[in-house]
Amino acid sequence: MTTHTLADTSTLTGRSLRHILRSPDTIITTAVTPIALMLLFVYVFGGAIDLGTDESYINYMLPGILLITIASGVAYTSYRLFLDLQGGIVDRFQSMPIARSSVLWAHVLTSVVANLVSVAIVVGVALLMGFRTGASFGAWLAVAGILAMFTLALTWLAVLAGLSAKTVDGASAFSYPLIFLPFISSAFVPTDTMPGPVAWFAENQPVTSVVDTIRALFAEQPVGSDIWVALAWLVGILVVGYALAVAAYRRRVG
Amino acid sequence: MTTPQTTEPAIHVQGIEKSFGELHVLRGVDLDVAPGSIFALLGSNGAGKTTLVRILSTLLKADAGTAVVHGYDVAAKPGDVRRSISLTGQFAAVDEVLTGRENLVLVARLRHLPDAGAIADDLLGRFSLTEAGGRRAGTYSGGMRRRLDIAMSLIGDPPIVFLDEPTTGLDPQARIDVWETVKELASNGTTVLLTTQYLDEAEQLADRIAILHQGTIIQNGTLAELKQLLPPAKVEYVEKQPSLEDVFLSLVGATGTEKES
Repeated sequence: MTTHTLADTSTLTGRSLRHILRSPDTIITTAVTPIALMLLFVYVFGGAIDLGTDESYINYMLPGILLITIASGVAYTSYRLFLDLQGGIVDRFQSMPIARSSVLWAHVLTSVVANLVSVAIVVGVALLMGFRTGASFGAWLAVAGILAMFTLALTWLAVLAGLSAKTVDGASAFSYPLIFLPFISSAFVPTDTMPGPVAWFAENQPVTSVVDTIRALFAEQPVGSDIWVALAWLVGILVVGYALAVAAYRRRVG
Repeated sequence: MTTPQTTEPAIHVQGIEKSFGELHVLRGVDLDVAPGSIFALLGSNGAGKTTLVRILSTLLKADAGTAVVHGYDVAAKPGDVRRSISLTGQFAAVDEVLTGRENLVLVARLRHLPDAGAIADDLLGRFSLTEAGGRRAGTYSGGMRRRLDIAMSLIGDPPIVFLDEPTTGLDPQARIDVWETVKELASNGTTVLLTTQYLDEAEQLADRIAILHQGTIIQNGTLAELKQLLPPAKVEYVEKQPSLEDVFLSLVGATGTEKES
């Protein structure tokens, strides 16, 4: 049965990618909010924010915007999974001789593809707005890898939410705190301007290390220990999210 | 690829119990379904028909009892059971975003069959969906969706087919179309277990009928046998056979409807 895992996963991934192609609004909606935030921060608030460096504000805040893009994009993953469970098509798949894990993996891979497309759109708009980097191909690759890891980690949380939700709204509500998290990090303002406890939280939550790593890669600066802290967080969330999601799936479909 | 001997039932259910918390849905169900026959499981809403079908199609684990489908124990050999069955659930489980043809190709691929496209085209023809094949299934009428749903279930020619309330919500013509399909299936040797709350459906289709009530099978027999259960009327000026509906309602009694209204 395991010999079919790849074939079944790719068949089902093809199915959900087709869903996205037929309703590209999910990708556009995912990109619109971060783009609006970017316009707001660069052209309205940005002038009043003192970074203490001569770095352009859009360069400073793009990493955080990219994380917000992904945090809102994964909500569609739990939404799609919830609808599949609700509509009975998961029952149909599970009563067929297919690899048991392929249903979840198809949603996860689709999520990674869809979110990277949304991220690419946001980066494109940022370039139009004056974002510049001299990052090497290797640095770009590292950024893409970190964003893919971030997507994967949040996607397993999304899968968990989709599996345990009772309503459509509940399936996507889990993403609101995730979207909010970058605001209490180093994504938009330096953390040393925040009052003590808030600064402490901002310094020690996962978004800051991820943002600082991506920012350093774009700015051709050494990433220092940030990248290891970021990777530790992402791997940790990924492992816990994956374990919980798989357990929830077993409970749900037996 | 072992075929059970013809004397063995296609489906053998013994002492199946299932509870959801305090709710005892199945309290010891026994039944046998002969290969190539149509078996109707009759019961009101909430009688446990769907629960039993979900157990037989490996979607749910029973609390007690054994169920053997096509010679394979559902608990011990779920993979072999899945290779031998198909399930058409209560709500047409088609992908609304995909076209009818894409739905069929999807299932053919998941069953690892060569030439998925040809299989899809053949089924579209058999189910009068050729013209609609290129349209999204979300635009189909209830009858078309159900035809597509059943067509998807027949891919790979599973020897045993479960149909959970296949005609609920369909108009009369669509119902008759589904009935024709079911009869054709059985005449080709497929074993069909269908659940229904429509008594005339069981009367029309089934070789045997079992009545599931409050978690157990309270009667199981051919239509003729079930009709004999009702004592003949005392005054016989007009010759009138009791319909299956009379049999059902008298067996189920007032308790069957106490939670309604």
